Amino acid sequence: MAKPKETVSRTLMVALVLSIAFSVVVSTAAVMLRPAQVKNQNLDIRSNILAAAGMLEPGASAEEIEEAFSRFDVRLLDLDSGEYVEPQDVGVQDPMKYDMYKAASDPAMSTDIPASEDKAGIKRRPNVAKIFTLTENGELVRVVLPVHGYGLWSTLYGFVSLEGDANTIEGLGFYDHAETPGLGGEVDNPRWKKQWVGKEVYGEQLDEPQIRLVKGGVSADAADKEHKVDALSGATLTSRGVEQLVNYWMGDRGYETYLKKLRQGEV
Amino acid sequence: MADATAKQVLFEPIFSNNPIALQILGICSALAVTTSMNVTLVMCAAVIAVTAFSNLAVSLVRSQIPGSIRIIVQMTIIASLVIVVDQVLKAYAYEISKQLSVFVGLIITNCIVMGRAEGFAMKNGPWLSFLDGIGNGLGYSVLLIFVAFFRELLGAGSLFGITIMPVVNEGGWYIPNGLLLLPPSAFFIIGLAIWGLRVWKPEQVEEADYKMSRHTAKEAF
Repeated sequence: MAKPKETVSRTLMVALVLSIAFSVVVSTAAVMLRPAQVKNQNLDIRSNILAAAGMLEPGASAEEIEEAFSRFDVRLLDLDSGEYVEPQDVGVQDPMKYDMYKAASDPAMSTDIPASEDKAGIKRRPNVAKIFTLTENGELVRVVLPVHGYGLWSTLYGFVSLEGDANTIEGLGFYDHAETPGLGGEVDNPRWKKQWVGKEVYGEQLDEPQIRLVKGGVSADAADKEHKVDALSGATLTSRGVEQLVNYWMGDRGYETYLKKLRQGEV
Repeated sequence: MADATAKQVLFEPIFSNNPIALQILGICSALAVTTSMNVTLVMCAAVIAVTAFSNLAVSLVRSQIPGSIRIIVQMTIIASLVIVVDQVLKAYAYEISKQLSVFVGLIITNCIVMGRAEGFAMKNGPWLSFLDGIGNGLGYSVLLIFVAFFRELLGAGSLFGITIMPVVNEGGWYIPNGLLLLPPSAFFIIGLAIWGLRVWKPEQVEEADYKMSRHTAKEAF
Protein backbone atom coordinates (compact mmCIF):
# COMPACT_ATOMS: atom_id res chain seq x y z
CA MET A 1 0.00 0.00 0.00
CA ALA A 2 1.55 3.26 -1.07
CA LYS A 3 1.83 5.84 1.68
CA PRO A 4 -0.20 8.98 0.98
CA LYS A 5 1.88 12.10 0.68
CA GLU A 6 2.67 13.66 4.00
CA THR A 7 1.57 17.24 4.42
CA VAL A 8 1.03 19.40 7.48
CA SER A 9 -2.71 19.62 6.91
CA ARG A 10 -3.02 15.87 6.50
CA THR A 11 -1.04 15.27 9.69
CA LEU A 12 -3.31 17.63 11.59
CA MET A 13 -6.35 15.98 10.06
CA VAL A 14 -5.26 12.50 11.09
CA ALA A 15 -4.43 13.70 14.58
CA LEU A 16 -7.82 15.36 14.91
CA VAL A 17 -9.82 12.40 13.62
CA LEU A 18 -7.98 9.92 15.83
CA SER A 19 -8.31 12.11 18.89
CA ILE A 20 -12.04 12.47 18.39
CA ALA A 21 -12.51 8.77 17.69
CA PHE A 22 -10.62 7.69 20.79
CA SER A 23 -12.13 10.28 23.07
CA VAL A 24 -15.51 8.90 22.07
CA VAL A 25 -14.33 5.38 22.93
CA VAL A 26 -12.93 6.46 26.30
CA SER A 27 -15.90 8.57 27.31
CA THR A 28 -18.39 5.91 26.24
CA ALA A 29 -16.61 3.37 28.41
CA ALA A 30 -16.44 5.78 31.33
CA VAL A 31 -20.10 6.75 31.12
CA MET A 32 -21.43 3.25 30.55
CA LEU A 33 -19.42 1.65 33.32
CA ARG A 34 -20.03 4.46 35.79
CA PRO A 35 -23.10 2.93 37.52
CA ALA A 36 -21.32 -0.38 38.12
CA GLN A 37 -18.27 1.43 39.49
CA VAL A 38 -20.29 3.61 41.82
CA LYS A 39 -22.10 0.54 43.06
CA ASN A 40 -18.78 -1.17 43.75
CA GLN A 41 -17.39 1.84 45.55
CA ASN A 42 -20.46 2.23 47.74
CA LEU A 43 -20.48 -1.44 48.53
CA ASP A 44 -16.79 -1.25 49.30
CA ILE A 45 -17.22 1.62 51.74
CA ARG A 46 -20.16 -0.09 53.42
CA SER A 47 -18.29 -3.36 53.76
CA ASN A 48 -15.29 -1.52 55.19
CA ILE A 49 -17.45 0.06 57.83
CA LEU A 50 -18.95 -3.32 58.64
CA ALA A 51 -15.52 -4.96 58.64
CA ALA A 52 -14.20 -2.38 61.10
CA ALA A 53 -17.23 -3.05 63.27
CA GLY A 54 -16.53 -6.78 63.09
CA MET A 55 -19.89 -7.35 61.45
CA LEU A 56 -18.85 -8.50 58.01
CA GLU A 57 -19.34 -12.17 57.30
CA PRO A 58 -16.80 -13.51 54.81
CA GLY A 59 -18.44 -13.91 51.42
CA ALA A 60 -21.43 -11.80 52.31
CA SER A 61 -23.56 -10.88 49.32
CA ALA A 62 -24.32 -7.32 48.29
CA GLU A 63 -27.82 -7.58 49.77
CA GLU A 64 -26.54 -8.84 53.11
CA ILE A 65 -24.07 -5.99 53.28
CA GLU A 66 -26.81 -3.47 52.51
CA GLU A 67 -29.02 -5.09 55.11
CA ALA A 68 -26.39 -5.04 57.85
CA PHE A 69 -25.38 -1.52 56.99
CA SER A 70 -28.94 -0.24 57.16
CA ARG A 71 -28.93 -0.91 60.91
CA PHE A 72 -26.37 1.85 61.33
CA ASP A 73 -27.27 5.49 61.75
CA VAL A 74 -25.21 7.91 59.71
CA ARG A 75 -24.38 10.96 61.81
CA LEU A 76 -22.52 14.15 61.14
CA LEU A 77 -20.36 15.22 64.02
CA ASP A 78 -18.79 18.57 64.81
CA LEU A 79 -15.36 17.55 66.04
CA ASP A 80 -14.66 20.62 68.20
CA SER A 81 -17.93 20.66 70.11
CA GLY A 82 -18.46 16.91 70.02
CA GLU A 83 -22.10 17.44 69.04
CA TYR A 84 -24.07 16.09 66.11
CA VAL A 85 -24.99 18.54 63.39
CA GLU A 86 -27.79 18.49 60.85
CA PRO A 87 -26.97 17.55 57.25
CA GLN A 88 -28.29 20.94 56.14
CA ASP A 89 -25.52 22.64 58.14
CA VAL A 90 -22.94 21.21 55.77
CA GLY A 91 -25.08 21.76 52.71
CA VAL A 92 -26.38 18.25 52.00
CA GLN A 93 -29.76 16.60 52.32
CA ASP A 94 -28.61 13.04 52.88
CA PRO A 95 -25.82 12.68 55.46
CA MET A 96 -24.38 9.80 53.41
CA LYS A 97 -23.65 12.30 50.64
CA TYR A 98 -21.36 14.37 52.83
CA ASP A 99 -17.70 13.82 51.95
CA MET A 100 -15.46 14.72 54.86
CA TYR A 101 -12.31 14.29 52.79
CA LYS A 102 -13.56 16.76 50.23
CA ALA A 103 -14.46 19.10 53.06
CA ALA A 104 -10.89 18.85 54.35
CA SER A 105 -9.65 20.75 51.31
CA ASP A 106 -12.31 23.45 51.61
CA PRO A 107 -11.00 26.29 53.83
CA ALA A 108 -14.51 27.13 55.01
CA MET A 109 -15.18 23.60 56.22
CA SER A 110 -11.84 22.62 57.67
CA THR A 111 -9.13 23.76 60.05
CA ASP A 112 -5.37 23.91 59.70
CA ILE A 113 -3.55 21.58 62.02
CA PRO A 114 -0.41 23.17 63.51
CA ALA A 115 2.65 21.19 62.41
CA SER A 116 3.55 20.37 66.02
CA GLU A 117 0.23 18.62 66.53
CA ASP A 118 -0.09 17.06 63.12
CA LYS A 119 0.84 13.56 64.17
CA ALA A 120 -1.16 11.96 61.40
CA GLY A 121 0.50 14.09 58.71
CA ILE A 122 -2.77 15.27 57.21
CA LYS A 123 -2.27 19.08 57.40
CA ARG A 124 -5.98 19.94 57.39
CA ARG A 125 -8.87 18.44 59.26
CA PRO A 126 -12.53 18.73 58.35
CA ASN A 127 -14.69 20.42 60.97
CA VAL A 128 -17.43 17.89 60.55
CA ALA A 129 -16.89 14.13 60.39
CA LYS A 130 -19.25 11.48 59.11
CA ILE A 131 -19.58 8.72 61.67
CA PHE A 132 -21.75 5.63 62.01
CA THR A 133 -23.51 4.55 65.14
CA LEU A 134 -25.34 1.37 65.98
CA THR A 135 -28.05 1.51 68.59
CA GLU A 136 -29.70 -1.56 70.06
CA ASN A 137 -32.68 -1.25 72.42
CA GLY A 138 -32.08 2.47 72.81
CA GLU A 139 -28.48 1.95 73.82
CA LEU A 140 -25.47 2.85 71.73
CA VAL A 141 -23.44 -0.32 71.22
CA ARG A 142 -21.02 0.62 68.49
CA VAL A 143 -19.57 3.70 66.94
CA VAL A 144 -17.53 3.56 63.75
CA LEU A 145 -15.19 6.50 63.24
CA PRO A 146 -13.35 7.34 60.01
CA VAL A 147 -9.62 7.90 60.45
CA HIS A 148 -6.83 8.76 58.07
CA GLY A 149 -3.16 9.60 58.19
CA TYR A 150 0.14 9.26 56.45
CA GLY A 151 2.06 5.99 56.45
CA LEU A 152 5.20 5.53 54.38
CA TRP A 153 4.10 6.17 50.79
CA SER A 154 0.51 7.12 51.08
CA THR A 155 -2.36 8.36 53.14
CA LEU A 156 -4.18 5.46 54.76
CA TYR A 157 -7.96 5.82 54.96
CA GLY A 158 -9.88 3.60 57.29
CA PHE A 159 -12.27 3.17 60.16
CA VAL A 160 -11.93 2.44 63.84
CA SER A 161 -14.90 0.91 65.55
CA LEU A 162 -15.40 1.32 69.29
CA GLU A 163 -17.73 -0.47 71.65
CA GLY A 164 -20.42 1.31 73.60
CA ASP A 165 -17.93 2.26 76.35
CA ALA A 166 -16.20 4.53 73.79
CA ASN A 167 -12.86 3.02 74.74
CA THR A 168 -12.60 -0.63 73.72
CA ILE A 169 -11.69 -1.24 70.09
CA GLU A 170 -14.06 -3.43 68.19
CA GLY A 171 -12.12 -3.43 65.00
CA LEU A 172 -9.95 -1.43 62.64
CA GLY A 173 -9.52 -1.53 58.93
CA PHE A 174 -8.13 0.51 56.06
CA TYR A 175 -9.85 0.66 52.73
CA ASP A 176 -7.46 2.84 50.80
CA HIS A 177 -3.69 3.05 50.92
CA ALA A 178 -0.65 2.43 48.74
CA GLU A 179 1.80 0.94 51.23
CA THR A 180 4.35 -1.66 50.10
CA PRO A 181 2.62 -4.96 49.33
CA GLY A 182 3.70 -7.67 51.74
CA LEU A 183 5.14 -5.17 54.23
CA GLY A 184 3.15 -2.04 55.00
CA GLY A 185 0.39 -3.50 52.86
CA GLU A 186 -0.10 -6.10 55.58
CA VAL A 187 -2.34 -3.55 57.34
CA ASP A 188 -4.99 -5.40 55.36
CA ASN A 189 -4.03 -8.75 56.83
CA PRO A 190 -7.02 -10.12 58.75
CA ARG A 191 -4.76 -11.75 61.32
CA TRP A 192 -3.03 -8.48 62.07
CA LYS A 193 -6.31 -6.63 62.27
CA LYS A 194 -7.70 -9.22 64.65
CA GLN A 195 -5.13 -8.20 67.27
CA TRP A 196 -6.80 -4.84 67.63
CA VAL A 197 -10.02 -6.34 68.89
CA GLY A 198 -10.42 -5.70 72.60
CA LYS A 199 -7.57 -3.19 72.89
CA GLU A 200 -8.29 -0.07 74.89
CA VAL A 201 -7.65 3.35 73.42
CA TYR A 202 -7.45 5.33 76.66
CA GLY A 203 -5.65 4.75 79.93
CA GLU A 204 -7.36 4.63 83.29
CA GLN A 205 -7.89 8.39 83.36
CA LEU A 206 -9.60 8.17 79.97
CA ASP A 207 -7.80 11.27 78.79
CA GLU A 208 -4.87 10.49 76.47
CA PRO A 209 -4.99 7.89 73.73
CA GLN A 210 -2.33 5.29 74.54
CA ILE A 211 -2.16 3.02 71.50
CA ARG A 212 1.35 1.74 70.79
CA LEU A 213 2.60 -0.49 68.00
CA VAL A 214 5.50 -2.46 69.39
CA LYS A 215 8.14 -4.60 67.74
CA GLY A 216 8.42 -8.29 68.43
CA GLY A 217 4.85 -8.97 69.43
CA VAL A 218 2.88 -8.39 72.60
CA SER A 219 3.37 -11.11 75.18
CA ALA A 220 0.59 -12.05 77.57
CA ASP A 221 2.39 -10.51 80.57
CA ALA A 222 3.57 -7.28 78.89
CA ALA A 223 2.89 -4.03 80.75
CA ASP A 224 0.05 -2.02 79.22
CA LYS A 225 -0.73 -4.87 76.90
CA GLU A 226 -4.28 -3.59 76.54
CA HIS A 227 -2.86 -0.63 74.57
CA LYS A 228 -0.22 -2.49 72.61
CA VAL A 229 -0.45 -4.04 69.19
CA ASP A 230 2.27 -5.97 67.36
CA ALA A 231 3.84 -3.74 64.71
CA LEU A 232 4.01 -4.89 61.11
CA SER A 233 7.29 -6.67 60.46
CA GLY A 234 9.48 -4.88 57.97
CA ALA A 235 7.20 -1.85 57.96
CA THR A 236 8.41 0.45 60.71
CA LEU A 237 7.18 3.62 59.06
CA THR A 238 3.75 2.29 58.16
CA SER A 239 3.38 0.99 61.72
CA ARG A 240 4.39 4.34 63.12
CA GLY A 241 1.93 6.04 60.79
CA VAL A 242 -0.90 3.79 61.96
CA GLU A 243 -0.04 4.37 65.62
CA GLN A 244 0.12 8.13 65.14
CA LEU A 245 -3.06 8.36 63.14
CA VAL A 246 -5.08 6.32 65.61
CA ASN A 247 -3.75 8.41 68.50
CA TYR A 248 -4.34 11.61 66.59
CA TRP A 249 -7.96 10.83 65.79
CA MET A 250 -8.67 9.54 69.28
CA GLY A 251 -6.98 12.62 70.76
CA ASP A 252 -8.44 16.00 71.58
CA ARG A 253 -8.16 17.25 67.98
CA GLY A 254 -10.09 14.21 66.85
CA TYR A 255 -12.98 12.40 68.47
CA GLU A 256 -12.01 12.69 72.13
CA THR A 257 -14.48 15.47 72.96
CA TYR A 258 -17.27 13.48 71.38
CA LEU A 259 -16.27 10.22 73.01
CA LYS A 260 -16.14 11.87 76.45
CA LYS A 261 -19.63 13.18 75.96
CA LEU A 262 -20.71 9.80 74.76
CA ARG A 263 -19.41 8.15 77.92
CA GLN A 264 -21.25 10.65 80.06
CA GLY A 265 -24.40 10.18 78.03
CA GLU A 266 -24.47 13.80 76.88
CA VAL A 267 -25.10 13.22 73.21
CA MET B 1 9.07 -10.76 8.91
CA ALA B 2 7.01 -10.47 5.77
CA ASP B 3 6.36 -14.20 5.50
CA ALA B 4 5.57 -14.78 9.18
CA THR B 5 2.76 -17.25 9.66
CA ALA B 6 -0.02 -16.91 12.16
CA LYS B 7 1.32 -19.75 14.22
CA GLN B 8 4.76 -18.23 14.39
CA VAL B 9 3.65 -14.80 15.52
CA LEU B 10 1.36 -16.32 18.10
CA PHE B 11 3.70 -18.84 19.69
CA GLU B 12 7.20 -17.56 19.08
CA PRO B 13 7.03 -14.84 21.75
CA ILE B 14 6.17 -17.40 24.41
CA PHE B 15 9.54 -19.11 24.64
CA SER B 16 11.67 -18.46 21.57
CA ASN B 17 11.33 -14.69 21.57
CA ASN B 18 9.97 -13.91 25.00
CA PRO B 19 9.52 -10.17 25.48
CA ILE B 20 10.74 -10.28 29.06
CA ALA B 21 13.35 -13.02 28.92
CA LEU B 22 14.95 -12.24 25.57
CA GLN B 23 14.05 -8.64 24.84
CA ILE B 24 14.13 -7.64 28.54
CA LEU B 25 11.08 -5.40 28.17
CA GLY B 26 8.28 -4.78 30.63
CA ILE B 27 10.34 -5.61 33.68
CA CYS B 28 8.85 -2.90 35.91
CA SER B 29 5.38 -4.36 36.13
CA ALA B 30 6.90 -7.83 36.39
CA LEU B 31 8.39 -6.70 39.68
CA ALA B 32 5.34 -4.91 40.94
CA VAL B 33 2.36 -7.15 40.36
CA THR B 34 3.75 -10.62 40.95
CA THR B 35 3.26 -11.03 44.70
CA SER B 36 0.07 -13.02 44.26
CA MET B 37 -1.30 -15.22 41.49
CA ASN B 38 -4.77 -13.68 41.38
CA VAL B 39 -3.48 -10.19 40.83
CA THR B 40 -0.92 -11.42 38.33
CA LEU B 41 -3.53 -13.23 36.23
CA VAL B 42 -5.73 -10.15 36.01
CA MET B 43 -2.73 -8.02 35.10
CA CYS B 44 -1.78 -10.53 32.40
CA ALA B 45 -5.28 -10.52 30.97
CA ALA B 46 -5.20 -6.73 30.92
CA VAL B 47 -1.84 -6.64 29.15
CA ILE B 48 -2.90 -9.27 26.59
CA ALA B 49 -6.05 -7.29 25.83
CA VAL B 50 -4.14 -4.05 25.47
CA THR B 51 -1.31 -5.43 23.29
CA ALA B 52 -3.75 -7.32 21.07
CA PHE B 53 -6.18 -4.49 20.50
CA SER B 54 -3.57 -1.76 20.25
CA ASN B 55 -1.74 -3.82 17.65
CA LEU B 56 -5.01 -4.34 15.82
CA ALA B 57 -5.92 -0.66 15.92
CA VAL B 58 -2.46 0.53 14.95
CA SER B 59 -2.33 -1.96 12.10
CA LEU B 60 -5.74 -0.90 10.79
CA VAL B 61 -4.75 2.72 10.49
CA ARG B 62 -1.06 2.16 9.76
CA SER B 63 -1.17 3.41 6.18
CA GLN B 64 -2.89 6.60 7.30
CA ILE B 65 -0.54 7.45 10.14
CA PRO B 66 1.87 10.23 9.15
CA GLY B 67 5.43 9.21 10.01
CA SER B 68 6.11 12.40 11.92
CA ILE B 69 3.45 11.78 14.55
CA ARG B 70 3.31 8.00 14.51
CA ILE B 71 4.61 7.53 18.06
CA ILE B 72 2.11 9.94 19.52
CA VAL B 73 -0.68 8.30 17.54
CA GLN B 74 0.33 4.91 18.95
CA MET B 75 0.42 6.38 22.43
CA THR B 76 -3.08 7.79 21.99
CA ILE B 77 -4.40 4.42 20.92
CA ILE B 78 -2.63 2.57 23.73
CA ALA B 79 -3.60 5.09 26.39
CA SER B 80 -7.26 4.99 25.34
CA LEU B 81 -7.31 1.21 25.50
CA VAL B 82 -5.65 1.18 28.89
CA ILE B 83 -8.23 3.61 30.25
CA VAL B 84 -11.00 1.39 28.92
CA VAL B 85 -9.42 -1.69 30.52
CA ASP B 86 -9.00 0.18 33.80
CA GLN B 87 -12.64 1.25 33.74
CA VAL B 88 -13.79 -2.30 33.02
CA LEU B 89 -11.73 -3.65 35.90
CA LYS B 90 -13.11 -1.03 38.26
CA ALA B 91 -16.62 -2.01 37.26
CA TYR B 92 -16.29 -5.79 37.26
CA ALA B 93 -13.21 -6.73 39.31
CA TYR B 94 -13.16 -4.00 41.89
CA GLU B 95 -11.15 -5.81 44.55
CA ILE B 96 -8.33 -6.74 42.22
CA SER B 97 -8.33 -3.40 40.49
CA LYS B 98 -7.75 -1.87 43.91
CA GLN B 99 -4.73 -4.09 44.41
CA LEU B 100 -3.37 -3.36 40.95
CA SER B 101 -3.95 0.34 41.60
CA VAL B 102 -1.61 2.38 39.42
CA PHE B 103 -0.12 -0.54 37.58
CA VAL B 104 -3.06 -0.88 35.22
CA GLY B 105 -2.54 2.74 34.22
CA LEU B 106 1.15 2.06 33.84
CA ILE B 107 0.47 -0.49 31.09
CA ILE B 108 0.56 2.64 28.92
CA THR B 109 4.27 2.85 29.55
CA ASN B 110 4.86 -0.88 29.23
CA CYS B 111 7.57 -1.13 26.60
CA ILE B 112 6.11 -4.35 25.20
CA VAL B 113 2.91 -2.67 24.05
CA MET B 114 4.67 0.24 22.44
CA GLY B 115 7.41 -1.98 21.07
CA ARG B 116 4.98 -4.29 19.31
CA ALA B 117 2.91 -1.42 17.95
CA GLU B 118 5.98 0.27 16.45
CA GLY B 119 7.93 -2.87 15.60
CA PHE B 120 5.23 -5.16 14.26
CA ALA B 121 1.82 -3.58 13.79
CA MET B 122 3.17 -0.69 11.69
CA LYS B 123 4.42 -3.19 9.11
CA ASN B 124 1.89 -6.03 9.19
CA GLY B 125 -1.76 -6.65 8.55
CA PRO B 126 -4.46 -6.42 11.22
CA TRP B 127 -4.99 -10.15 11.76
CA LEU B 128 -1.30 -10.97 12.14
CA SER B 129 -0.79 -7.93 14.34
CA PHE B 130 -3.65 -8.96 16.55
CA LEU B 131 -2.13 -12.43 16.94
CA ASP B 132 1.27 -10.92 17.56
CA GLY B 133 -0.25 -8.83 20.35
CA ILE B 134 -1.81 -11.90 21.92
CA GLY B 135 1.44 -13.83 21.52
CA ASN B 136 3.54 -11.19 23.18
CA GLY B 137 0.96 -10.72 25.88
CA LEU B 138 1.15 -14.47 26.47
CA GLY B 139 4.93 -14.37 26.55
CA TYR B 140 4.73 -11.67 29.17
CA SER B 141 2.10 -13.65 31.06
CA VAL B 142 4.06 -16.91 31.08
CA LEU B 143 7.01 -15.26 32.73
CA LEU B 144 4.88 -13.27 35.17
CA ILE B 145 2.96 -16.34 36.23
CA PHE B 146 6.25 -18.20 36.67
CA VAL B 147 7.55 -15.41 38.89
CA ALA B 148 4.30 -15.06 40.81
CA PHE B 149 4.12 -18.79 41.43
CA PHE B 150 7.41 -18.78 43.33
CA ARG B 151 6.84 -15.44 45.02
CA GLU B 152 3.44 -16.31 46.40
CA LEU B 153 4.32 -19.89 47.27
CA LEU B 154 7.60 -19.15 49.04
CA GLY B 155 6.75 -15.64 50.21
CA ALA B 156 3.30 -16.25 51.61
CA GLY B 157 2.95 -20.04 51.61
CA SER B 158 -0.13 -19.93 49.42
CA LEU B 159 -1.28 -20.05 45.80
CA PHE B 160 -4.29 -18.09 44.56
CA GLY B 161 -4.76 -17.13 48.20
CA ILE B 162 -5.23 -20.79 49.18
CA THR B 163 -2.82 -21.93 51.85
CA ILE B 164 -0.39 -24.59 50.60
CA MET B 165 2.20 -24.37 53.34
CA PRO B 166 0.74 -23.04 56.59
CA VAL B 167 2.98 -20.22 57.79
CA VAL B 168 4.32 -19.85 61.31
CA ASN B 169 2.27 -16.71 62.00
CA GLU B 170 -0.88 -18.72 61.51
CA GLY B 171 0.34 -21.60 63.62
CA GLY B 172 1.84 -23.63 60.78
CA TRP B 173 5.40 -24.76 60.18
CA TYR B 174 6.54 -22.72 57.20
CA ILE B 175 8.66 -19.64 57.83
CA PRO B 176 7.89 -17.45 54.83
CA ASN B 177 10.75 -15.84 52.97
CA GLY B 178 9.86 -12.16 53.23
CA LEU B 179 12.37 -11.22 50.53
CA LEU B 180 10.12 -12.85 47.96
CA LEU B 181 7.39 -10.35 48.67
CA LEU B 182 9.75 -7.50 47.86
CA PRO B 183 10.31 -6.32 44.30
CA PRO B 184 14.03 -7.27 44.11
CA SER B 185 13.17 -10.95 44.45
CA ALA B 186 11.46 -10.80 41.06
CA PHE B 187 14.83 -9.86 39.58
CA PHE B 188 16.36 -13.02 40.98
CA ILE B 189 13.56 -15.19 39.68
CA ILE B 190 13.55 -13.53 36.26
CA GLY B 191 17.32 -13.96 36.15
CA LEU B 192 17.04 -17.63 36.96
CA ALA B 193 14.27 -18.02 34.39
CA ILE B 194 16.40 -16.40 31.71
CA TRP B 195 19.29 -18.68 32.64
CA GLY B 196 17.05 -21.75 32.46
CA LEU B 197 15.56 -20.65 29.14
CA ARG B 198 18.99 -20.10 27.60
CA VAL B 199 20.25 -23.46 28.75
CA TRP B 200 17.22 -25.00 27.04
CA LYS B 201 17.54 -22.80 23.95
CA PRO B 202 21.24 -21.96 23.59
CA GLU B 203 20.60 -19.92 20.44
CA GLN B 204 19.21 -17.17 22.72
CA VAL B 205 22.60 -16.57 24.27
CA GLU B 206 23.87 -13.28 22.94
CA GLU B 207 27.30 -12.95 21.52
CA ALA B 208 29.61 -11.21 23.94
CA ASP B 209 30.11 -7.53 23.13
CA TYR B 210 33.85 -7.96 23.35
CA LYS B 211 36.29 -10.76 23.82
CA MET B 212 38.67 -10.74 26.70
CA SER B 213 42.21 -10.94 25.44
CA ARG B 214 44.66 -13.24 27.09
CA HIS B 215 46.57 -11.99 30.02
CA THR B 216 49.88 -11.00 28.51
CA ALA B 217 51.62 -8.76 31.02
CA LYS B 218 54.83 -10.24 32.24
CA GLU B 219 55.20 -10.52 35.93
CA ALA B 220 57.83 -8.09 37.19
CA PHE B 221 60.74 -9.67 38.88
